[in-house]
Amino acid sequence: MSIKGKATIAGIYEHPTRKAEGIPLQQLHAEVARGALADAGLALADVDAYFCAGDAPGLGGFSMAEYLGLNVRHTDTTETGGSSYLIHVSHAAQAIAAGKCKVALITLAGKPRSGGAPPGRPPMAVQPPDLPFEAPFKPTVLNNYAMCARRHMHEFGTTAEQLAWVKVAASHHAQHNPHAMLRDVVTVEDVVNSPVVADPLHRLDCCVVSDGGGALVVVAPEIAASLARPQVRVLGAGEAIKHTNGGDIDITYSAGVWSAARAFDEAGIARGDIKYASLYDSFTITVLMQIEDIGFCAKGEGGRFVADGGLISGVGRLPFNTDGGGLCNNHPGNRGGMTKILEAVRQLRGEAHPAVQVANCDLALAHGTGGYLGTRHGSATLILERV
Amino acid sequence: MAETNKDTAVADVAMAPYWDAANEGRLLLKHCRSCERSYYYPRPLCPFCLGEDTEWREASGAGTVYSWSVERRGKPPYIIAFVTLAEGPTIMTNLVDCEPEAVAIGQDVRLAFETREAQPVPVFRPA
Repeated sequence: MSIKGKATIAGIYEHPTRKAEGIPLQQLHAEVARGALADAGLALADVDAYFCAGDAPGLGGFSMAEYLGLNVRHTDTTETGGSSYLIHVSHAAQAIAAGKCKVALITLAGKPRSGGAPPGRPPMAVQPPDLPFEAPFKPTVLNNYAMCARRHMHEFGTTAEQLAWVKVAASHHAQHNPHAMLRDVVTVEDVVNSPVVADPLHRLDCCVVSDGGGALVVVAPEIAASLARPQVRVLGAGEAIKHTNGGDIDITYSAGVWSAARAFDEAGIARGDIKYASLYDSFTITVLMQIEDIGFCAKGEGGRFVADGGLISGVGRLPFNTDGGGLCNNHPGNRGGMTKILEAVRQLRGEAHPAVQVANCDLALAHGTGGYLGTRHGSATLILERV
Repeated sequence: MAETNKDTAVADVAMAPYWDAANEGRLLLKHCRSCERSYYYPRPLCPFCLGEDTEWREASGAGTVYSWSVERRGKPPYIIAFVTLAEGPTIMTNLVDCEPEAVAIGQDVRLAFETREAQPVPVFRPA
């Protein structure tokens, strides 16, 4: 069964906060839920499915259903780190197509900046199996991604300057977003002259740490037809997991190789048909590798693809993250998948900032990589269409 | 992440040979007799076939640097790396007794052990 055209994103909301001092996680979830339902023109009682991931407090799905006052007939708490919400859209579309629900609410919230409790549902609180064989070496998120960048440079000649162009493009977009944490336009020199935090990555190769959240309402087509908002259909979706494979590793590519192929197969469109792409940007290398893995260019060509403004809206060949992305705008809960979908929907609705709105944006892609690029992660790809 | 090694060594009976060998300065890999492949990290069931016909084999200690990074915020900074063992698997480790400026992908390195949280763990130094 294909989900092509079987579900519509009818409501979106991004929390404006970037530092939620004194506001608990559950309240952020409630505020974004309220915002997305209002955007869709739907009421709490209309929701019959609820999706959340490991950022939800307590017992996850049912703690939040109680707090929000939801009575649902379908629920899904798929957890793949920051890409979870892209998978939630896909799973919501599957559930709608199977007749299990008609109005699915998806929420994300997090507050790493103001010191909220770290996410940790009971399964995640259990020690991961890799821990005794990796933790003694004090790996960090940063150098996990940095080792991918180092290997990519070694195999393909990718340069620090090419990586810097990803940040430069994000900053060009962020200057137009009043909510963005970093609104100053930066240059390649600014990036490569910022302090090295985990060789070969510099401070400005990294995303921001922010509080916040976002929510989506995914509905059946007949529900969407009754609403006043522009309709954004789900055309295709793919998900994939990549890991250390018993030690037989190649960290120059991500699971996006598989998730994107599945999504394009389902959507039945070509890479070149995509007018706008939201790409997970935990670090500049994440973007560069995903561009190759999705197939916007050949493996190893990512550096040349992103250089010289290749990702800047109105300038380059592939406008990306026109809200400023995780690199400049926000990265709520250290989970960037939700905001990737939100900006893709804005672009398809024609509701992005006029300075970055892509002309005639009828097909968009949102893609995420959750977890750790160099060891174990979950990738997810969504292809969306303006109806 | 403090007492995790010791906790695991005590709690995971199947991994006792690994930690016992580490205490003696030897690195053990798991090898699947069905797949005829070694794998890492170790676990009783083979990750290529989920078979249980697996055995411990001692690593020669020879390896090459697959990739690396320096954690500049460490006090002092330290080198995290993936090292590809002569036996095949690539493992996460630290490079020690070398300056970051002297590290290169493909460089030959040699197994050593350093004690972390009272448990010796496999690290590598330039060969």
